[in-house]
Parts: sequence; structure tokens; C-alpha cells
Amino acid sequence: MSIAEIFDTMEYGPAPESNDLALEWIAAHKGQFDLFIGGKWVAPKSQTHFNTINPATAEKLARIADADTADVNAAVLAARKAQKGWEKLGGHGRARHLYALARAIQRNSRILAVLETMDNGKAVRETRDIDIPQVARHFYHHAGWAQLQDSEFSNYEPMGVIGQIIPWNFPLLMLAWKIAPAIAAGNTVVLKPAEFTSLTALCFAEICKQAGIPDGVINIVTGHGQTGEAIVGHDDVNKIAFTGSTEVGRKIRKQTAGSGKHLTLELGGKSPFIVFEDADIDSAIEGVVDAIWFNQGQVCCAGSRLLIQEGIEDKFITKLRARMEKLRLGDPLDKCIDMGAIVAPVQLKTIEDLVKQGCDEGAHMWQPSWAVPKDGCFYPPTLFTNVSPAATIAQEEIFGPVVVAMSFRTPGEAVQIANNTRYGLAASVWSENINLALDIAPKLDCGVVWINSINQFDSACGFGGTKESGFGREGGHEGMMEVLRPKFEAKLATYKPLAPLNETGATPLSPLTAIDRTAKNYVGGKQARPDSAYSLSVLSVKGDKISEVGRGNRKDIRNAVEAARKNPGWTNTSAHNRAQVLYYMAENLDARRDEFAKRLIETTGVTAKKAMDEVDMSVQRLFSYGAWADKYESRVHNPPMRGVTLAMKEAIGTIGIVCPDENPLLSMISLAGPALSMGNRIVLIPSERHPLSATDFYQILDTSDLPAGAFNIVTGLRAEMVKTLAEHDDVKSIWYVGDEEGCKLVELSSAGNMKRTWTNHGKKRDWFDSTQCEGVEYLRHATQIKNIWIPYGE
Amino acid sequence: MATVSILDRTDHGHARNPGLPFGIDAVEDIHVNLSAVERRASSLGGRRTVKKQHQAAWLLKAISCIDLTTLSGDDTAGRVKRLCAKARQPVRQDILNTLGMGDRNLTTGAVCVYHTMVETAVEALDGSNIPVAAVSTGFPAGLSPFELRVKEIEASVAAGASEIDIVITRGHVLTGNWKALYDEIKTFREACGDAHLKTILGTGELVTLRNVAKTSMIAMMAGADFIKTSTGKESVNATLPVSLVMIRAIRAYEEMTGFKIGYKPAGGISAAKDILSYQTLMKEELGNDWLQPDLFRIGASSLLGDIERQLEHFVTGRYSADFRHPMS
Repeated sequence: MSIAEIFDTMEYGPAPESNDLALEWIAAHKGQFDLFIGGKWVAPKSQTHFNTINPATAEKLARIADADTADVNAAVLAARKAQKGWEKLGGHGRARHLYALARAIQRNSRILAVLETMDNGKAVRETRDIDIPQVARHFYHHAGWAQLQDSEFSNYEPMGVIGQIIPWNFPLLMLAWKIAPAIAAGNTVVLKPAEFTSLTALCFAEICKQAGIPDGVINIVTGHGQTGEAIVGHDDVNKIAFTGSTEVGRKIRKQTAGSGKHLTLELGGKSPFIVFEDADIDSAIEGVVDAIWFNQGQVCCAGSRLLIQEGIEDKFITKLRARMEKLRLGDPLDKCIDMGAIVAPVQLKTIEDLVKQGCDEGAHMWQPSWAVPKDGCFYPPTLFTNVSPAATIAQEEIFGPVVVAMSFRTPGEAVQIANNTRYGLAASVWSENINLALDIAPKLDCGVVWINSINQFDSACGFGGTKESGFGREGGHEGMMEVLRPKFEAKLATYKPLAPLNETGATPLSPLTAIDRTAKNYVGGKQARPDSAYSLSVLSVKGDKISEVGRGNRKDIRNAVEAARKNPGWTNTSAHNRAQVLYYMAENLDARRDEFAKRLIETTGVTAKKAMDEVDMSVQRLFSYGAWADKYESRVHNPPMRGVTLAMKEAIGTIGIVCPDENPLLSMISLAGPALSMGNRIVLIPSERHPLSATDFYQILDTSDLPAGAFNIVTGLRAEMVKTLAEHDDVKSIWYVGDEEGCKLVELSSAGNMKRTWTNHGKKRDWFDSTQCEGVEYLRHATQIKNIWIPYGE
Repeated sequence: MATVSILDRTDHGHARNPGLPFGIDAVEDIHVNLSAVERRASSLGGRRTVKKQHQAAWLLKAISCIDLTTLSGDDTAGRVKRLCAKARQPVRQDILNTLGMGDRNLTTGAVCVYHTMVETAVEALDGSNIPVAAVSTGFPAGLSPFELRVKEIEASVAAGASEIDIVITRGHVLTGNWKALYDEIKTFREACGDAHLKTILGTGELVTLRNVAKTSMIAMMAGADFIKTSTGKESVNATLPVSLVMIRAIRAYEEMTGFKIGYKPAGGISAAKDILSYQTLMKEELGNDWLQPDLFRIGASSLLGDIERQLEHFVTGRYSADFRHPMS
């Protein structure tokens, strides 16, 4: 085209980024890559390689090794061998290494960006301006945490070997999110990139070698699903960190159940993008572009549900369509496009199928008038209107450039629709009214909220979800806590259940010595007869029958969870009030210490001194959690922007708690205390053998101003109730103390709604030891951190 | 899409803005989020770029939109004549010939001077079709007696200026006196007659983007043909975020009324790559019509020199030097 013609039409022309050096790099490896294990390139024992494809051109880029179990074993062995030395290097030594790695990534930034674009299909603008700079930033930031580890995390140590499985949508960035915190803390890693996008991980491996990272600290094993399964199933891996689909996350949850492995999952989403009528609408439109057409919508936290206040809906949709006409889609290496290619034909097919289903269900689809390139794997930006919350496309994650629009009338309704999903990853809120925006943010059930912004990421801020979007946080202080464990943990002995009691058949009970007291369940602030109308005998330490308690069943669990759901008062009350109630409980327990001590002597056979110690320790612990109620404070992160990111520590919601038989009063208080202190409502199954310390405790609850529904107790046989509680879709976390089998059952049963779990991993804890059984670790499990991004400026 | 082969400035391809009656509703509902605007402005450069012959063509188009300006206390007739000569032949003819643009009669968009230089400029530009723009109304502060400001417009129009760049009373904005602002601009517009009114907001002194958006809307309602960022004398002049807000206001006004208002960033745009960012912004937010001189002007004095060097570099493949291009 001549200059004169362009002068008249003023069109854009091609602006290709050269990929010569990236192709040279591939050629230097003869187009084939082995596994990076123990600092060396190792041919796969599987002797198998597979193709990696450029989705924009459908051309083969290279051959990638397909690791099998033997290869994974070798990688874990190398990581294990390297771990102690890496840990012993100390915080400063590791900080030097991470700093060097960050610098090396910056020096190689362009080849990494181009490779990523070729392998994934995303626009080079994104890899160059977002992915790779964030990768470098992540290593810089975590070099800092390594440096500060001794002072900031002095009671913690690395977990050991961490297995990491990452997705294809941000290949190198997800690698950085996984590897940087893990190795900063002194862990070593075995990482599997996604099979579609292994190249930048392999280039990174080479950079690590050049930067002098000790052999075995970082191991990269490429492959398919079975490679991942081999990592997840490996006995010598201490933790699994996974980012990917909820479907695979659920499999991993089940596969790791009972293994004692720590687990963090960052899964799918269907995140709301909420526009109020007082928003800067033009800016909100750009927000939608960044929400759903960033990386072709293949973003776990994509704002894929557009909720618009009814009064501005028509105007907004009109403006949005006009904006969509201006989007440019094409060769991802072109520096003048907004959208590149979809990662693979299989993903394109998923998108096409869901869009078709949306149309079939009656939603109105709209796409811009311009044509999409025929060769390569492309899909145009797509807007659905006339969508109801019940529609498939409003519920299912599409993972493509498709947004569904719905309207709402009031802020309350916006929150309702926003939370009407199985997922809970992120949300974006647009309003120029600070009161409105800051009122909505805490009400959204998700891990990240962006106010007047979208898809902001930074190493200093935690990222992660709730509900079926997974658990755990990556980034910032909260991310470091996911790769460390308390130092005492490794020294704990194996949990062994108490030997069974033999029932003597005798009983000291007589209506003439004491009026009959029937211990019932405690649900919604009232005593409730068990649904089954059966009872269980409670024996003294000698085996004499001293009482009966209700034999709770699944319906009692259901009722208790419902009572917790229906009574949010405790969660909504102020931290100061919660503290007052916990102190009051302590006061009332203290006033009746002789009675509670007597019960412990009778049931557990401890000495009078030990029994009194247990009561006193319980009082003290209630005091501790009263103290903590308004002192386990949120953080303010400092990402590089004009604004703040609030890392709000929020109550999780309803927590199921299954207590052990040991120290029945103290263990119950040690678990209920932190959960209540942080504003959770609890459904508690007390010690099966010694339930009377719990049923006696009703009277403390009744006299301590605790709102109904905050503390629910169901007695009975664990085996009959734990599964129901762990499976319940309206329970958001389950805590369990017991043997390894029980831990496994709880972790397996949690996979339905991907609730958080916290078990003793089959290890025994000493309830009198405050290091093990009180404080920050417990509070951490009683809260979830929501990062609220608040850019400001006028 | 507007395509212009031979530039003709006298005939605007669209109807002139008649303005709207004053209404406070139009500004009360305006919301601007600074961080989001900055994000859009800063990320656009990464989303769009023009290379090689496209870049050359775009830079030539930019030249056709420049209001070649001299606004100095030491301006003389000789200085203004030199400027006008440069306006007629902004790029060396041999370069234009190589670019295949030798026969296009490429000139700058206008010449912009103080009132006292209007006659000189009109004379020097005789037969060229290049309009003369006069800064007016007590430029740059705009605080001289109101009657004198109106008379200044009338005098410049009488002297042959076909465009009047007025300054507003920034105090009206800072005190929220929108009616006074509207009345002031409307009176200036009436004084212009057939001459086009370019309203300088003095954005650096309005400080907030919210003020910029509201002032833009009032200016258009009062009958502005163009809205312009700055006098070039404020400490902060044209910026991309301010431009984004102003052109979004232009879009909103077109949605409301159907009339197209022009945009002129002024001050601080001195590099060729900077003007490409502005052109991209115009094209993306408003469309190709706003890349033509009837709806887009650039207030600049040193920008042309950099564009000339870039064009020669495109032609020769060698980086150029300023002494190779005739000065203004």
C-alpha cells in the first residue's frame, strides 16, 4: 500500500515482532527438549516426546519430553537431595539467588515474551508488558522474603519438597507464582508445566542453570495428566500446589486425601463485573475489555459475568458493542492487536459448544462485524445479553472471550447475583461512590475484589479464591504462609486413638441422688432432641454408665448447619463484642471450674490437679481468643500503584469441627475458641467418648450472651456424622482431629464443594502446649484473606 | 470514513455546532475515575503502533493537523513570515516526492499567532488556503476586562483570522460557576461570527479530570467548534489522560446532539512518537474523522522538526539532523 493511500485511509499496518532469536533458541536444542532434573537435561525414561504447537499458525514448534512415573521419581529424588543444603544456605544466601534470577529474567525478557506468545497464542503486548515483567517482579519480591525469613517467620520452616502443577494460560507467570515463594522459603520444587505450553519453563530452566541456582532446587518435568498424577501421588512430596480447572483440582484433593500433604488449589471462576449507575462508564467499558478480552478470556479470574444496574444497561451495552467493533484480533506476534489465538483446538471447541448452548437456551449473542482469521485457532469477542442467572452460560466457566450481561436493581441484588455461583475467585466493582464500593466489597464471597479496576496482579498481594475456586493464597505475606510450616509440626508423634473402654454394666445413677438430666444436642441456641430419638451411653473411666447423650444423625447435622446459616449475627457483630462474649464465657466457666473439673475426673480419670489444670487452661485459652478477636489484624499491601490493597482477614462462614477424645474440654475450647473469635459460626461434634464436657458447656453458652446459631453441638458417633458434615455444601471449612483414616475420610468428603480442610494429618498434639495448640496458626485457619484493590486519586 | 485527498480547509464536511441551552444536568452526571483513565492512556501505546510506510503516512497526516504556532513576546513581522513560509512547505519537496506525496500540496493545518500578527500572517499565506488562527480574549490568563476580550475577538476576525483560540475564566470552573462559564463562552462564540471558536480550557489549572470533563461539556454546549487543552503557558499542558477525558466528552456530545466537535491538544508535544500516540487515541476513541484537520489540530512549535527528521530517516535509512531541514 502506498503512503498516499495510507494517508487517505489512515489504517493500521502490520507491526510484527521478530521471532528469529526464539526460533534460533529452539533450533539450538535441535527442536527437542528433555527433562530438567538435578540441574541437568535428562532424557525421559519414557523415551517419549510429543509436539508443542503454535496455535496461531498450527505449526509445530518443538518436541517435548513426556515424563512418566520413573522420571517423576528421579525429579523428586533430586529435589529431596538438594533440599537440606538449600535450606541451610539461609535466607540471605537464597535472597542472593532469587535476586540473580530476577535479573537474569530481565536480561532475557524479550525471548521469553516471544516464546510465550508463540507457544500460547497470547498477544506479544501482554507477554512483553504484563507476563514477563510480573515474572521478574515476583522473583525480586520473594528475594526479599528470603532475606527477611529469619526475622519474619522465625517459628516456621520450609515444608520440604513441593510438587507444582501449572496451567497453560499464564505459563511462565504461573511458574513464577509457584516457584519464587517456594524456593525463597527453602523448599525445593518439582514443577510440571501444562502440556500445551512448556517452552518458557524449559527456557527458564536454562536461565536457572546459567544464574547458578544449585542443582536439584528447581526441577522441570514436562508431560501430560499422568505426569501430574505421578507428582501428586508421590510419597516423598510434602505439598502440592495446583492451578487449573476445578475438575482436576477435585481429583487432586481426592488423590492427596489422608497423605498428610499440604495442598493449595487455585481453580476456576465465574467472576462478576459489577457496574453501578454512578460509575465512570467509559472507564468501566475499558474495564470489561481488560476483564474478558485479556488473554482471550482464558483467565481464571476473568470478569465473565457483567452485572449492570438496570438504569444504565441499554446505554452500557450500546457503548460496549461500539467498543468491541474497535478490538483487533490476529497474529499474536503483531504489536497492533488486542487479542491473539485460543490456546488449542480443544479449547476452541469448548468455547464454541458453550456459545451454541447459550444461543439454544435463548440468550442473545452479539459479535463484532469484522472477520476472524480463518487459519489458526481464533475466536471473536462475544457478548451475550438477555441472559438469566439460571442459564448455562451464566453458571459454567467458558474460559474464552465470552461475557454474559445481566442487570440488577439494587446494591443488595447485585451482591446476591454476584454470589449466586459455585465459584468465588474474584470480582470487580465500579462506582464513584466510595461508600457503596467499600460496602459491596466485603459482601462478595470471593478472594479478590478490584474496585474501579480489574485483573490487577502483584507479588505483594495475595491471590486465591473461596468455594469451588479453591483455597490458599499466592503472593505477599499470606502466600509465604502457604510454603512454610510451624517448626513443631515435624516433631509430632503419630496420633493413636484411646484404647476402648469396657462397659461394666453398673451405674451409679439414681433419681434419688440426682434428678435425671438428659443431655441433648444444642442447635440454634436451644437444646434439641436428636432426630433419631436414640441415645448413647456415656461411661465413666471405670466403665460404669454415668449418663446418656443423643445419638445425632445426618439430619441433626443438617439442622445444625442450617441454624448456623440462618443466624449470621455472630459474624456481623463487632470484634469488640465477640471479645466481650469470649471473656464472658471464660468468666462463667471459671465460676463453675469445680463442676467441670469433677466431670473430667469422672470421665477421663485424670487427677484432681490435672483436671483443674485443664479447666484453668481452657479459661485462659478463652481469654486468649477474646484478646485476639480485635487484634488479628488485616494488612495493607503496597503494590506499585497509587492506592492500597487491603488484605482483609474475614470469617470463613460455617466451620465444622470434629473434636478428639483427649482433654475433651480443653481440645474443644482450643478449636472452638479461634473459630468463634474470628466470627465464624460452628457446628461441633464433641469427643465421642467424653461428650459431657461439651453438653455441660451449653449452660455456659446460654449465660454468656452468645447469639443463637453461633455454636452448635451435635453429639453421637463420629463415624455416623463426620462424613455428612465434611460433605455438606453449606459448610465452608472442616477441622478434624483424629487418626490418619479419619483425616483421609474428611479430606475425601470435602471434595464436593472444595471446602477448606484442616486436619492434624494423623499427628498427635499436646493440648496443654500453647505453641502447638493456640495462637496465630489457629487464627489463620479461622480466616480467609480477601485482597481488596483500591486505586485512588482525583 | 472520511478521506481527504486534497486538503481543503474552508469546507468542513459536517454541520457546525449550534450549541445547546444551558442545563446543569449535563455536567452533574459526569464521573471520571483518574486511575482507570490513566490506565487506558498508558496501555494504549502498547496496543497500537504503526511502523514503516504506515508511520510515514501517519506523520504526514499529523503535519496537516499542526497549528504551527509562535506566541512569543519577541514576535516580529519577519519571524511570522518565516513561520508562514514553513507552513506552506513544511517538508522538503524532495522528501515528499520520494514518499509519493509531492503532488498533495501538503501544508500545516493553520498558523497560530497573537492578534497583532494576524494581518501579517494572512498576507503571507495569501492563496495557500491555510487559515490563520488568533489566540484571543486576554490570552493566556484571560483576565482582562470582559468587553475588551469580546472586542479582541471582533478585531481579529476583522483582521482576517478564521479561527479564534479563546481562553476561559478558570475561576468559573474552580468555583463551580457553570452558568457564568457557559455565558462567557457563548458570548465569545457570537463574537466569532463565521470564524471557528476553539476553546482553550487551561486543563493544567483546572487540575482534576472531573473538572476537565465538565468544562469540556459546558464549552461544547456553549457552541465551541473545537476544545483545546492548554495555552502552552501553564505548567502542565496536553497529556494523554486529559486528552482521553476531553475526547470522551466529545463522543458523549456527539451521542447527545449528533454534532462533531474538534479536538486540539497543545503544549508539550514535541516528539514524533508522541503525536502517534495522540493519533491512535483519536482513532480508537472517536474514529478516523478525528484524524483530519477539520476535527483534529495539534498546537506545537518544535514537533514539525522532529517529524521531518523521522521522515528523512524513513527515506534514507540514516538518522537525520535538524540542520538538513529548513527552519521556520
